[in-house]
Amino acid sequence: MFIIFVLNYCSYYMSPRPLRLRKISNPPPVSGFKPYGNKKSGTIPDSIFLHYEEYESLRLCDYEMLNHHQASVIMDVSRPTLTRIYAKARQKIAQALVQGSQIIIEGGKVYFDSEWFTCKSCGCYFNNPEKDAEIKNCPLCRSSDILNFDHKPLDQEETITYCQDVCICPDCGHEQQHQFGRPCREEICSECGKNMIRKGTPHSGKINK
Amino acid sequence: MKVAITSTGNSPESKIDQRFGRCSYFAVYDTENKGIEFLPNPNKEVQEGAGPASVQLVASRNVQKIISGEFGIKIKSLLDSLKIQMIMIKEPEKTIQEIIDMLNK
Repeated sequence: MFIIFVLNYCSYYMSPRPLRLRKISNPPPVSGFKPYGNKKSGTIPDSIFLHYEEYESLRLCDYEMLNHHQASVIMDVSRPTLTRIYAKARQKIAQALVQGSQIIIEGGKVYFDSEWFTCKSCGCYFNNPEKDAEIKNCPLCRSSDILNFDHKPLDQEETITYCQDVCICPDCGHEQQHQFGRPCREEICSECGKNMIRKGTPHSGKINK
Repeated sequence: MKVAITSTGNSPESKIDQRFGRCSYFAVYDTENKGIEFLPNPNKEVQEGAGPASVQLVASRNVQKIISGEFGIKIKSLLDSLKIQMIMIKEPEKTIQEIIDMLNK
């Protein structure tokens, strides 16, 4: 009884933990999308507001074809958070396509990558110390012709080779650390010789209790 | 707003110094009253820690941007916490006057 009271108290009177700032490496080239050829004349559905972080998750997962774990490291959030952002993005885009609404990309709890930029007109490199502000002009020559400069060439980019997940044996429940890049079903349980599965996924319903 | 430029000499005609921590002079340029102040760098000859010491010197003048050729490995996190912008120019032949002209454009 007391625990229920405390939980209710917490949910009503305490503010939730603030959101972590999501890192945006590449802002979208346009500020939105408009439908054309409305077949139901007269009805204009409301616009859908796609947040920057949702756009970024779509870009990383569906355009760059990264998995959620890699994308979450790039956006500096946890893997479950990235999956939630991504699910929201897909839901909003599906809604816009079905209802024929306009998509406006704006808002969200984000900061723009504070790494390096380069100016095409004077050839200098500069960084952005103010995480919240977006850089539009070169600080030296005021030219707007700037590029987000990736100082690491693609082949030297560090690849993510770790994962916090755990493999579990469906038969005897033996657990071991999951090896990144190696499917759990290829792991053999050292206790009973069965193929293992990922802990915490829907497959774990197969586990004998 | 004040801008620090690393310089090889103490006149506007001298060239930009490609190093940050061990440059000869810092030219601190004030964009409001157009004044230039040349500070000799006391950390030019030190063995270690020239970068952080130079950051301290420059930050004491309340600069908001630092223009140099290259920054050492310890500098980025320091300047990030002080919210000072780093600008790198990879042209060793540019003079201080040319850079000031670019800033005034």
